[in-house]
Amino acid sequence: MSHLQDRVRASLQASRRWHIAEIVFWLIALGSFWAFPRHLLLMNEIAILALFALSLDLILGFAGIVSLGHAAFLGLGAYAAGLLAKNGMGDPVLGLVFAMVVSGFAGLLSSPLIVKGNDLTRLMVTLGVVLILHEIANSWASLTGGADGLQGITINPVLGLFAFDLFGKTAYLYSLSVLFVLFLVARRMMNSPFGLSLRAIRDNQLRAAASGVPPSQRLALAYTIAAAYAGAAGALLAQTSQFVSLDVLDFHRSADVMLVLIIGGPGYLYGGMIGAVVFKFLQDTIAAFTPQYWMFWIGLFLVLFVLRGRSLIHGGVKLFMTRLPWLSGRGRS
Amino acid sequence: MSAVLQTRNLVKTFGGITATDDITFSLEKGARHALIGPNGAGKTTFVNLLTGVLQPTAGAVILNGEDITTLSREARVKRGMARTFQINQLFATMTPLQMIALVTSERLGYGLRAFNVLDHDPRVIEQTADILARFRLEDIMNETIASLPYGKQRQVEIASTFAAQPSVLLLDEPAAGVPEAERRELLDIVAALPADVSVLLIEHDMDIIFRFATRITVLVNGRVLADGDPVSIARDPAVREAYLGEESHA
Amino acid sequence: MLTILFDGIAYGMVLFVLACGLSVTMGLMNFVNLAHGAFAMLGGYITVLLMQKLGVPFLLTLPLAFIGAALIGVILERILYRPMYGKSHLDQVMFTIGIVFMAVAGADYLMGSSQQIIKLPSWLQGRFDIGGVGVGRYRLFVLVVCGVLAFSLQWGFTKTRFGSRLRASVDDARVARGLGIPVNRLFALTFALGSGLAGLGGALGIELMGLDPSFPLKFMIYFLVVVTVGGTSTITGPFFAAMLLGVADVAGKYFVPEIGAFIIYVLMVVLLIVRPDGLFAKGRA
Repeated sequence: MSHLQDRVRASLQASRRWHIAEIVFWLIALGSFWAFPRHLLLMNEIAILALFALSLDLILGFAGIVSLGHAAFLGLGAYAAGLLAKNGMGDPVLGLVFAMVVSGFAGLLSSPLIVKGNDLTRLMVTLGVVLILHEIANSWASLTGGADGLQGITINPVLGLFAFDLFGKTAYLYSLSVLFVLFLVARRMMNSPFGLSLRAIRDNQLRAAASGVPPSQRLALAYTIAAAYAGAAGALLAQTSQFVSLDVLDFHRSADVMLVLIIGGPGYLYGGMIGAVVFKFLQDTIAAFTPQYWMFWIGLFLVLFVLRGRSLIHGGVKLFMTRLPWLSGRGRS
Repeated sequence: MSAVLQTRNLVKTFGGITATDDITFSLEKGARHALIGPNGAGKTTFVNLLTGVLQPTAGAVILNGEDITTLSREARVKRGMARTFQINQLFATMTPLQMIALVTSERLGYGLRAFNVLDHDPRVIEQTADILARFRLEDIMNETIASLPYGKQRQVEIASTFAAQPSVLLLDEPAAGVPEAERRELLDIVAALPADVSVLLIEHDMDIIFRFATRITVLVNGRVLADGDPVSIARDPAVREAYLGEESHA
Repeated sequence: MLTILFDGIAYGMVLFVLACGLSVTMGLMNFVNLAHGAFAMLGGYITVLLMQKLGVPFLLTLPLAFIGAALIGVILERILYRPMYGKSHLDQVMFTIGIVFMAVAGADYLMGSSQQIIKLPSWLQGRFDIGGVGVGRYRLFVLVVCGVLAFSLQWGFTKTRFGSRLRASVDDARVARGLGIPVNRLFALTFALGSGLAGLGGALGIELMGLDPSFPLKFMIYFLVVVTVGGTSTITGPFFAAMLLGVADVAGKYFVPEIGAFIIYVLMVVLLIVRPDGLFAKGRA
């Protein structure tokens, strides 16, 4: 075994080693449960939004696919989990898995149109898919409750042990656990040969194909996985609120999650989580003094952020994050 | 000697323009074959037809006896044909090590392994280290590719192409854009490519051509004007008139 | 039956006027402008305000809707859009969604969230009968106006110097710059024209599509379909795409109201599968 081989192995290992900041991050997330007992419902929302943004990161940050309709899979997962529970199968984990399968399948079905096209067709297809689902959910009222929403969902205790409560105790811990487990899986995937091939496609599709990577196949797979992740976020949403409304398929959901990911920065898995925290605080603050025109402020924020703010915010985050060795490859030029 | 890469009556038209006009060509095993021709002669189109970026209007491409005319780009790589580009095409956010490890893992067929990690596989480690050493990239293997000087990037491009263990290597102007200072090292690397790899060199630079090539094909207006060893090509009056012009290497 | 076809064509015509500016700006600067519908909405509201508050006759409001939207277009292009050209599509998408959100909320704040209704002049109301086919007067008017516009655009695009420079720039902006074509100024002009047309389309469309603050969001998909399916290098491509979309949408909603809303999506998917590069993509061997 040569010296150089050892160095190669060490470099590859270093790129996936846990950094202390990551451990601290998760400890804070867990510790918040005890530190802010009165904000558990908000924290639950943050965890769900973070999972949703993580799923977008898998296709946007790692594979470079811009989507205008990622809410399609969130909504599908929410309805899938909600309908399952409404029909007597209220086990949350079962519902979660079911939602992931349904959303993943939908992702797989729509992936041929996604991987083939350029950015413009992708925008159209992703937006089209979510509009179709919205229309179905709206007009198939006997199944979905239409505009009134899906009511009468009863969710059993998690693992048969922890019943959902009004304060969001179980909800937060449940959502955080799901987020953590799915994050671990995603982290493992993004450091695998498969994950590296996604980065290759995002960086340079021409070279990726010339390196033996089949772009369509990998993108389709990534899209399917991301859809399943979004489905999981939808399931959490349905289960912890015991309600599903048409709002889960609304355009603003897709736009919000994009903003969340962009705030935190795409392509290193933590962006969505950091973004979710910032976004929810922003939403709370703005809602406190001007509840009505939230949309205007979010729009203004988007415009300013893209024009100027990104470097400001990311300057700080980056300074911190470049310390993490496995992030050295991130950053979209 | 036997041909590893052949084309039969290859034609490519764009609208009314014929960019590749009935090219029958053969690359012998272990050859150092140069493809030359003035700008617009159809060299790049020809390479794109070989590598599957473009589909020919008519004719066939044969690699190691197999008709690969309709295969995808990545399938051709798997069958042993790799290329560099005239302008570097790299994974800018990766390190040379990562890029070479990626190509290696794809070659070994690991691309769909979503839960393995690269450093657990001795073959990836061994072959990646091998390439890094052969192309003298050990010192910069952990730098981000985008931050490297152009000449080094060029080295990474050739190294990563080589990591696919091709039997046929297409080098599209390997020294283009490389500053004089870094040129020597790069050309040494090209010269040191193993003899059993067949190399097709697309080049303008006469010094490079006459330094490496054992055989030369001249393209003009999408056709093969001449084909032969360097000495006879240099003497060929038609070539001199059409291509070498006044600055001929007589 | 023919009435449906006629209505569909009129609808498609308005869609074309709404979206054609977008297809040219997308083709020219490779800029994804999802806020195009905001300019259409602006035009619509200009007409509504002029008619309701100042009693300006409908016909006169149309050019004003055009000019108003074009002016705002130029100003925004100068101040906001220009720095975005070099940025990634993701940034452009985020940025223009931001503009849409602000426009939607702003319209809601200023104009209220209700549907706007305008009173058309009496000579545009009702319908007449041509050989048993009921033809709405207003739809005929729209058809004529948009038809004339489409023809002059096609003429301008293919026959004038402006058009040929524009086409050259759409084909390859770098080469066009090299030839001394002032691509930036050309783009500002085109952007203004496109925004103006959107404004005009928005004004013409009040009667056919309705007008409320969610207009830019509701019709975003229509614009995207027209541009994607029609392609970005011609006028005729988006024109036929818009016709197809208009007829399919109107016919679908009339004949199969239960699933009528899905027709355009089905159409979109089918077209994408059959012609992934757009309906009228340049022939690629």
